[in-house]
Amino acid sequence: MDEVAIIGVAQTRYQRDNPASHAEMAYEVTRKALEDAGLTIDDIDNTVTVCNDFWDGRTISCMTITEATGSHKVPTTNVEGDGTYGALMGAMRLLSGLHEVTLVVAQSKVSEGIPAVITNAMFDPVYERSLGLDAINSSALQMRRYMSKYGITEEQCAKVSVKNHKNAKSNPYAHMPLDITVDDVLKSRVLADPIKLLDTSPVSDGACAIIMAVDEVAKKRYSKPVWIRGIGHCADAYHLGDRDLAEVDALVSAARRAYSMAGIQDPVREIDVAEVYDAFSYMELMWMEGLGFCGRGEGGAMIDSGMTGMNGALPVNPSGGVLSAHPVQAAGLARIAEAVLQLRGKADARQVEGATVALAHGIEGACGQGHCVFVLGR
Amino acid sequence: MGEEKRDSGPLSITYMADMPYDYHAGFYYSRFLKELKDNKRIYGVKCPRCGKVYVPPRIVCRDCFVTMEEFVEVGNEGTLLAFTVTNFPYTDTTRGEPKKIPYTAAYIKLDGSDSNIVHCLDETDEKKIKAGMRVRAVFSDTRTGDYFHDIDHFEIIQ
Amino acid sequence: MKNRVGIVGVGQTHHKSKNTDCKGQELISIAVKRALESADLTMADIDAIVIGNMDHFESINYVDMWSVDGSGGYMKPIMKVTTGGTTGSAVGHAGFYHVASGLFDTVLAIGWEQNSESDTTAAISTCFDPITEREFCGGAIGPLAAQYTAYMSKYGATEEDAALVSVRDHNNAALYNPYAHLRQTITVEEVMKSPYISYPMKFLDICPRSDGACAVIFAGEDKAKKTVERPAWILGVGDCHILVHLADGIGLANLPSLERAAREAYEMAGITDPFRQFDVAELYVPASTAGVTWMEALGLCEEGGGPRLIRSGVTNMVGELPINPSGGVLATNPIGATGLLRIGEAALQVMGKAEEKQVEGARVAVATGFGGCFWSDVTVLSSSTQLD
Repeated sequence: MDEVAIIGVAQTRYQRDNPASHAEMAYEVTRKALEDAGLTIDDIDNTVTVCNDFWDGRTISCMTITEATGSHKVPTTNVEGDGTYGALMGAMRLLSGLHEVTLVVAQSKVSEGIPAVITNAMFDPVYERSLGLDAINSSALQMRRYMSKYGITEEQCAKVSVKNHKNAKSNPYAHMPLDITVDDVLKSRVLADPIKLLDTSPVSDGACAIIMAVDEVAKKRYSKPVWIRGIGHCADAYHLGDRDLAEVDALVSAARRAYSMAGIQDPVREIDVAEVYDAFSYMELMWMEGLGFCGRGEGGAMIDSGMTGMNGALPVNPSGGVLSAHPVQAAGLARIAEAVLQLRGKADARQVEGATVALAHGIEGACGQGHCVFVLGR
Repeated sequence: MGEEKRDSGPLSITYMADMPYDYHAGFYYSRFLKELKDNKRIYGVKCPRCGKVYVPPRIVCRDCFVTMEEFVEVGNEGTLLAFTVTNFPYTDTTRGEPKKIPYTAAYIKLDGSDSNIVHCLDETDEKKIKAGMRVRAVFSDTRTGDYFHDIDHFEIIQ
Repeated sequence: MKNRVGIVGVGQTHHKSKNTDCKGQELISIAVKRALESADLTMADIDAIVIGNMDHFESINYVDMWSVDGSGGYMKPIMKVTTGGTTGSAVGHAGFYHVASGLFDTVLAIGWEQNSESDTTAAISTCFDPITEREFCGGAIGPLAAQYTAYMSKYGATEEDAALVSVRDHNNAALYNPYAHLRQTITVEEVMKSPYISYPMKFLDICPRSDGACAVIFAGEDKAKKTVERPAWILGVGDCHILVHLADGIGLANLPSLERAAREAYEMAGITDPFRQFDVAELYVPASTAGVTWMEALGLCEEGGGPRLIRSGVTNMVGELPINPSGGVLATNPIGATGLLRIGEAALQVMGKAEEKQVEGARVAVATGFGGCFWSDVTVLSSSTQLD
């Protein structure tokens, strides 16, 4: 469906304790995305912000960045979820035929709050919260279940971390470019067995913006715009006990929807590069399976094969992924922005040669309960 | 963390987790807070295009959508635009304690500013307050970099 | 608009001050079940869900994910939209865009809140800038009270004018709306004698906070026509979220965001003479004072004409343009659901399914949402796919 194109992207450099305020970060990416698209704020006819009251420490947190994103000038809404969901809302506004150019801005200052407390609040207050579950120890349950069900090893998970931190060295926006070895990961501090410090994404502040336009506008300005070819999202069951945490049913469903829209039948052959939401090292392996890049339980073998490395057949997270920068609300939108740079051939040192079809992916809730998948192409 | 309340009906669970935040003031508020603390001056920022002065200062002019960089001092006095004597109990979310009531919330346009600020008046008898009155900032002797402390309150200029 | 969108089902809970019988997901499931039943649909017909509330009222993060046991979102596309008081109307508009985009055919929009679970005013207070505003912004009541002091001095409105709005909405709820939270008839004298909460606002001038949920089903044109005989077609939507510093909204005697949102929605719908074209209005009136001051922003009267309109009685159930037959927000306020209830109630009116609160022959209706920092959303609905 070549109906909606992404014509502008911008990111801040991701870092801990970014001294800029929420509004100052949001303004930076708004301004840069406009520059990137060759537009002014007057060309934007609607906006979508992506703010979360828990992460921002504020009720109606979208209010924080309303003026900084020009949202006070045009119809606007706020999606509280991963940035990919915000992009989906923006695309829907364009597909309705009622708007022509959408600005989507996501931002997070994770270093202002306490992630363990904020993510503890995603568990049911009556039933599971008092256990003290948070993003890290719930993911540890998932990693353990995934390892034991499919024989995945800690070394295989560590390889994801090694690969992505190394890729981050070519990404000027990344928070954690690192030269590390599998051994470094295995010997790093255990946070919640089997998750170790270097299996975990950092606490990052940052913002990301994208500008989308309907085909008439996009074609007028660009000879070869980056098109949104397919989108899918889906949610699994809520209670951890209601799920087999080693399985990725919601991602399979979201990907199926996006692939069918995009006409993709053989994802591993047809997709040239993927940016996925690897909040923890093991997640990248599971998401490979859910996206149909390999069979169930084959994520470990896939990383062993080197196929997802920069020189492999399907590079995954050339940007360094979420393991190298985790501005929570913005992290999925950054996957889209990176995929766009790849398709433009403007990803510099992290460029995957000849990329024409890219996948970007975001997650929502505990242990990837919800997924949103974008297929982009040019 | 959970504390069960039992009675004959359905139960509930009390959740009292502390959720502290370290709000980053950013570049613009930081300048504003420093001027208050160090010099007892109230600063705004001026739009290079339309000339509007915003207090507290912020990065972008909402009308022109251009970056603002010129910090300007505004008056310590201004006009009371609106007020309300607040008399219902609620929790002060900055401190997590009951808010001291009654207090008079005051919406003030400082001289030289095109936007308004919110603070409090030291008068809680609504009969003695009228929109349009002139008011003046009263600074604390011990200033800490907290707007609501460094300006202790506003007083009515008789 | 590429794809026409109609509302085919509306469901809501019996709203009350404290619903200890249900957990949040159960509350949501009641509204969803009633919406599905009203359209004779099942969960299998639903292609996607959009849900909204305000996080800190229940302190549950990622409500879209948490909700799936009650919302029916298990293994379905679901997302969350939240914009403060306008959450409900923003959820409704998001539901509309889901269908209008052509990506989904039948979409369930859900707004809910269990306000009794927290200190509502404290939770609202955290919406204000922590460094320069929060300390002296007493929840949602203070700013509205301050605004009416400005309006009274500018246009000669009185506290009695506000009381008339309070009486109208409370009495509509008491007489006609079995789902309403507050169902007692009141008099102007009672309002005037109720204690000041935040001058000039008195106890009976302000909305309650409620536990409740609302679900509305949006469908594409073919599906809508197949599902119900008379869908409520969405003819116009507008949203305007103009300010971020609360203090900047003070002194605005009127509500500029409502004016712009109305202009957008009217233009899309072809509304040129709102007072004459609308048969009924469901307005987000969070305090009786707003019921006096905001009608002019909707073009229902001239600037400063609110008091005249209210005193004349034309907005009462028997008047020319009944406002809030449901009793509105003054009687029922489960915050994340409140804006969606306005859309749902307006839809019921033009579908001819509003039962006791039905305005005879209602064909065109307007619904509004209010919240955030003096923000507004407007929706225009009709029993026809276009206006005559």
